[in-house]
Parts: sequence; C-alpha cells; structure tokens
Amino acid sequence: MKKRHALSTRIWHWINAGALIVLFMSGLNISNAHRYLYWGDYGFDPADAWTRVVRFPGWATLPQHYDLAAARDWHSLAAWIFASGLLIIWIAMLINGHFRRDIATERKDWSIAALTSEIAAHLQAKFERHSSKYNSLQKITYGIVYGIFLPMMVFTGLAISPGFEPAAPWMVDLLGGRQSARSLHFIFAWALFAFFAVHIVMVIVSRPLRQIKDMITGGKDEDPSHG
Amino acid sequence: MVDIPRRSLLAGIAALGAGACARVSDSEAGQSLFDTAEDWHRKAQRALAGRQRLAPEYSRADVSPDFKGNGSLTVDTSAYRDELASGFTGWRLAVGGLVEAPFALTMDQIRALPQRTQVTRHDCVEGWSAIGEWTGPQLSGLLDRARVKPEANFIVFRCADTLYGRDYYESIDMVDANHPQTIIAHLLNGDPIPEKNGAPLRMRIERQLGYKHAKYLTGIEAVASLDDIGDGKGGFWEDFGNYQWYAGI
Repeated sequence: MKKRHALSTRIWHWINAGALIVLFMSGLNISNAHRYLYWGDYGFDPADAWTRVVRFPGWATLPQHYDLAAARDWHSLAAWIFASGLLIIWIAMLINGHFRRDIATERKDWSIAALTSEIAAHLQAKFERHSSKYNSLQKITYGIVYGIFLPMMVFTGLAISPGFEPAAPWMVDLLGGRQSARSLHFIFAWALFAFFAVHIVMVIVSRPLRQIKDMITGGKDEDPSHG
Repeated sequence: MVDIPRRSLLAGIAALGAGACARVSDSEAGQSLFDTAEDWHRKAQRALAGRQRLAPEYSRADVSPDFKGNGSLTVDTSAYRDELASGFTGWRLAVGGLVEAPFALTMDQIRALPQRTQVTRHDCVEGWSAIGEWTGPQLSGLLDRARVKPEANFIVFRCADTLYGRDYYESIDMVDANHPQTIIAHLLNGDPIPEKNGAPLRMRIERQLGYKHAKYLTGIEAVASLDDIGDGKGGFWEDFGNYQWYAGI
C-alpha cells in the first residue's frame, strides 16, 4: 500500500519541528541582547535602527530567563540539525519525486480562478477531498517554505557568523551587509512563525488527529492516480 | 480575557519543553553536546575558509561615525589615570610564557615596529556591529621575535581592566595568533585608541566576536594549556558568563 507521507518526509518533519522550536525560542533570547535592527554593514546606535524589537518574555525564550551564552549554545547545536536536515530532505524530495509530483506547481495552480476558489474553500473550512494531493495554495506555500524561508534562515545565519564570512564574503554582500543579514534572519524567522501558525490552524480545522497520525504512521495514499 | 487560558496553556507547554531543555543543558552530556557542536562549527569554518583567509576589509569611507564602547570602558586605578594623562609613556607590553626570549615593549617601540592598517567590522556577541580602521604590529611578528616554544598551544592576553571584580583576559589558538589580521592595535581611525575602546592597546582578532578583542593590553603569554588560568575556560566571559571560547559563530 502506498503511504500518504514518505518515511523520509515524516522523520524530517518531526526532527525539523523540534529543531525549529529550539532555534526560534533561543533566537528570541538572543534578540533580547540587542533589540535594535539595522540595514547595511554596521549598526549599534538605536537612533539608526529601522525598528526596535519588543523584549520577549521569559516563557517564550530558551532558556526561560535571559542567558545569552546558553541561548547561543542551543542555537548553534540546533542549527546543525536544522541545516543538515534541510539539505537531506531536499535531496530526498528530488530523488523520490515528492517535489516534482506534489510540490512543483503547474500553470493551472497559478490561475486566478483556481486560486480564488481555493481561497474561498479555505475560508469556508471545506477540506473534505477525495485525494491526498496538495491543492494549489498548499503547493505554493510549501514551495515558498522549502525553497525560500528555510534556506534563507541558513544563509542569513551563516552570513552573520564572523568565522564563516571569510569563506563566502559575497554572501554577506548579496544580503546587503551584516546588519541587513541580521535583520533578514529576524524577518524570515517570523515568516516561518507565521507559516507555523497557519499550518497549526489548518491541521486543527481539517481532522487534526488523522493529520497528526498520518504524519507519524504515513497514512494511506488516497490519490487514485497513484493506484 | 479569553486569551488568558490560551496564553497560560502556551506558556505551560513552553515551560514543559524548556524544563526538559534545562535538564539537558545542566547535564554533563548536554554540555559536551554543545561543546561538540561548537567544535564542529570551528572546524567547518576553518576548513571552508582556510586558516589564513582574511576577514573582509572596508574602505576608510565605510568607517562608522562612532565606535561603540562596551564592557570595560576604563581601568579604574590611579596608575591607569596617570598613564592616560601622560600619554602612556610608562606603559609596557610584556611578551612571555613558553618562549625562548621574553621581552617587553614601550609604546614608542610598538609604534616603531612594522605596522598593518585594516578597516574591519567589529561584531559584538549582542548583535551590533561597528566599523573602524585599526593600526598596529602583527602578533605573529612579536611571537617570532620571542621564539615561541613548540609546546605552546594558545596565546593568552593579559589586560589592565577588571569586570565584576575579576581580571579580564582572553585567549586564542595558534591559528588565529598567526593570522595576518591579528594585530596589536594602538590607533583607531588614525588616532590613539580612545579610553572606552581600550587605550592604549587592543587586540584585533578579526574572525571572532568582540569579547575576544582584549582591551587595555599589558601582556601576551604563550601557554600549553588554559586549565590553570582563571577558571580554566580561556577568558573572562568564558569563565564568568559561560560564553563560547570559539567566538566565530
């Protein structure tokens, strides 16, 4: 029997979820060390900041009190798991066809009619379908998360590391300088959080227990075309 | 009012996870996991960049309008204030430890050595950056002159300042010690280094974060091990705040 989710997808999904939660919460702790974001190469004066970030409360951070050293320990450890996991799942998706079959969009996925009907269905919380295939909105969303949000976390993270910079100074230049890279690291982290929030809501409104069970056991592929 | 239970539920879940995390980080196995991750970062960065690859250098026009002072902003002793007032005529930099020929230099002697000038970006562990032009002799030249013994594995920097009642110090390995941009700076943007930035001498370790760049420098010491210095973790912030010894991340 064909599974709805491949084993590689399921293992990565949960390991990555754990790594992202550790990265996000330790990242909020690190953000509390200097709550100003800048554009360009340098930035230290709050007067030059494009934004002042709120101080994140202890319950949202890892550790639960301000501890820059411990937060950086967690962040550097989870970064390995996150970045190598992302590389492995991309290779797996390209080899097993998950990307081409389920995520890559076709012209019809971008048609106004298809998108408006998908959005209307989402707003009415109509998720009963006879196929396991992703709809257009899902394909586009997962494509953006896999192709832009997650890789950008790795690139912007590498770019703000002074020991990595001599290996690829062009990466920092491409991102507009170190403080711009730091700002983008923050922005993409929140973009991922927004995805996370929508993802959780979508799971909750569309038979949550089955969704979670399928992401653990693999579930059953109900797409007739997969026979 | 509806969101209070939801918020406490979220906080509860976070606390549950964080409680488990605290047990991990407090355990010996957890700490060695962190150390391993740090070690891999250092090895990966060195493998990718090579040992001698330079940190980016900017043009003089890129220098930031100010260079933020952080940590120690002065040395709170009358001896230091006297030196500051006299232009550091009595300041000495001692080079010693595991070397064949220890020596000490005055500021005039340091200024007479071959100099390197570099406009570099300084990244603080807190997240901010400043750009400045630094001038001074390369550390490698001083170590060559002192003839470092083969058993030396680290270079320790001794400083005049204290923080929270402890002597500030830092250390690097021989790879960074012999890096071309590792200089003992005495000029910032063409002028003697200001008091808040570490007058009269400050280390530049350009591929690592700001806390490695020891200020108010008085001594350079070659050692085989860091175990018997301070609390043995290789630096003030490493001992006091548990900061990572390798600050390239």
